[in-house]
Amino acid sequence: MSVMSCPGCAGAPLAEEAARRSPTSSAGDTISLSLPGIHCAACVSGVERGLAKLPDVLDARVNLSLKRVTVLTRGDADEDHLIGALLALGFEALPLDSDTLRAGEGDPAGRALLLRLAVAGFAMMNVMILSVAVWAGAADATRQLFHWISAVIALPAVAYAARPFFVSALSVLRVGRVNMEVPISLAILLASGLSLYETMAGGENAYFDAALSLTFFLLIGRYLDHRTRAAARSAAQELAALEVPSATCIREGQPVRVKAAEIVVGDLVQVPAGGRVPVDGVIDTGRSQMDRSLLTGESLPVAAQVGAKVVSGEVNLSNPLIIRATAVGQDTTLRRMAEMVAVAESGRSHYTPLADRAAQLYAPLVHGVAALAFIGWFVATGDVRYSLNIAIATLIITCPCALGLAVPAVTTAASGSLFRKGLLIKSATALERLAEVDAVVFDKTGTLTDGTPILDDLQSLSVEDRAAALALSQSSDHPVSRLLASALEGMQTTPSALKEIHEIAGDGVEGLDGEVRVRLGKSRTATGGTVFQRGKGPEQTLRIDEALRPGAQELVSKLQSQGLDVELLSGDTEFAATKLGARLGLKDSRGAMLPADKIAHLAALQERGKRVLMVGDGLNDMGAMAQAFVSISPASGVDATRASSDIVLLGRSLAPVMDALKVSRSARARIRENFGIAICYNSVAVPLAVLGYASPLMAALAMSSSSILVILNALRVRA
Amino acid sequence: MNVLVILIPVSLILGGMGIVAFLWTVRHNQYEDIEGDAARILFDDEDEPNS
Repeated sequence: MSVMSCPGCAGAPLAEEAARRSPTSSAGDTISLSLPGIHCAACVSGVERGLAKLPDVLDARVNLSLKRVTVLTRGDADEDHLIGALLALGFEALPLDSDTLRAGEGDPAGRALLLRLAVAGFAMMNVMILSVAVWAGAADATRQLFHWISAVIALPAVAYAARPFFVSALSVLRVGRVNMEVPISLAILLASGLSLYETMAGGENAYFDAALSLTFFLLIGRYLDHRTRAAARSAAQELAALEVPSATCIREGQPVRVKAAEIVVGDLVQVPAGGRVPVDGVIDTGRSQMDRSLLTGESLPVAAQVGAKVVSGEVNLSNPLIIRATAVGQDTTLRRMAEMVAVAESGRSHYTPLADRAAQLYAPLVHGVAALAFIGWFVATGDVRYSLNIAIATLIITCPCALGLAVPAVTTAASGSLFRKGLLIKSATALERLAEVDAVVFDKTGTLTDGTPILDDLQSLSVEDRAAALALSQSSDHPVSRLLASALEGMQTTPSALKEIHEIAGDGVEGLDGEVRVRLGKSRTATGGTVFQRGKGPEQTLRIDEALRPGAQELVSKLQSQGLDVELLSGDTEFAATKLGARLGLKDSRGAMLPADKIAHLAALQERGKRVLMVGDGLNDMGAMAQAFVSISPASGVDATRASSDIVLLGRSLAPVMDALKVSRSARARIRENFGIAICYNSVAVPLAVLGYASPLMAALAMSSSSILVILNALRVRA
Repeated sequence: MNVLVILIPVSLILGGMGIVAFLWTVRHNQYEDIEGDAARILFDDEDEPNS
């Protein structure tokens, strides 16, 4: 429980505690919202006071560092209500799934690392005090005493603090590989062991401070690394989670509850309104509106009547349906999609992070040099103890302190600067991968566009026509009708009294305005689209347009001017896709792409050597995003998509994507420079160590200075 | 050199107090919202004692 510094907040922890203790109390859920726009004290108090005024909010607490607010509600408030209230106050708010939110907060692993870091830091400083005395010239009994005290502090501290390195090194050694932790563990262990031996033998040099400062600096890297590693979840598992576990079948006239796996082809399956379709099938009874976004990514519902095909994973929006199963078990569309995505994901996991690639070169080299130094000195002097001293000093001094910090320090600086711009980096290697991108593929609806179509040009209809159109549209629940109705109502139109209004399935709505037949529906000419027609008069087209997401146009042109291939892949119609593509100036835009088509298209691009960034928001994009080299999804996207993408765009604007590309390139440059610094340092330090000039003082100086240099360089990451 | 008998334990105890204080702050979520805490001292209304 947090300790509040001011009495004004004292009620908050109590209320939280009450909510936790008794789930049945009046306190309801804790809702977390992302607030990408907040940046100052005024925003914090504005949000907190604004929310506190709402009747169903018990407490609201803003976290400015993480740009989110945690709201404790009385139980009857929902996210949309709170988001609406915040919008009215002028704050953009977005719901985030709890797993994304939990990243980096209250995580026991991070806390354990921090504790180890504290112990290592404490021990390092105390041992360093004693070491300075030794370096300054303490001799004989005093030196012995100081070495012994150092040993007593250092050995338990190293055993506790450096455990993560030992565990990781052991686990890769077991499978016969090396990573950066192997040389680290070896250097720490050998430094401690040698120092203990020298202390017992009354020797001159002890490296306890080196062992501890190694542990300390590397734990910093490890902790930073951990904080950026809120791993993206598996897209295939997210898809599989959409499966309906059980369904009601009608067998011999009786409804029977069966597991989804037990449904057989030919079964009649009930699909309740609001439920997901469990298996592929054909509608047997009923008519309804279906949410087909799983396959097409389109948010507008599609009308479905008897005889229409439905596939698993679609959502039945309005009326109960009975479907006849045509594909079950492994053959359902949803299952096949999940399998496709799993294949795409397994192909992608081959990316080796820069740090691991460096370690694969580094570890054998360092160990080889140390071994050669030992052999060389042993042949030359025949003194095992002295040769061993030199070999271990070499290992300590070459230990990849700077190398261990090189990547995490840069990643942390870059993630922090991107977070302030409204991007949440979820995968540790996302930035490295993003820097290599040379092609960008966008989804259309919900990504480049806002997802909600708008009607314009209603002014061109006469007042009389508008009134008739409103009356017609109000009588139908077709999505376009509803859109038109709300648009007309917004223009203060009053519906005219029509007679004999009736809906013609798949065509439109008709009625009589006085003696004249008025019609709202599909065009009967070749132009297509939705039209309003009075009697035998001309068809008046209602232009349905999609609003572009803010920043979309600039992003596309900037990407193109940088020489990246930009494409549009949409599940919407070919016409809609090419139209939007032309508007944005895209050469390549394809419509009517099923999820499998998208995956295949991305695979083909990658075959040609392209590294593709996929930006998408829907379930139908998940496969393509898993196939892509790196993926970004807007926070407004579907939970499953967001959870499995590498980077989440927190605000509405697409503009930060450009920043992400710039920062990632800058970050890659900094990482390379850091490796360069580490190499320079080693090329000076190694010869000295091998020749026997290394002393504990030198090791301490070299290690600290190179680590600090690397951290300072990391802070230069800029967009 | 007898002063060492006092000074070394003193340095260890002071350091130990530092680490205990740090552990306490970690356990009590003092690092959850560093920027927010910096901003909160600017609020006027939460300053009054006994409110």
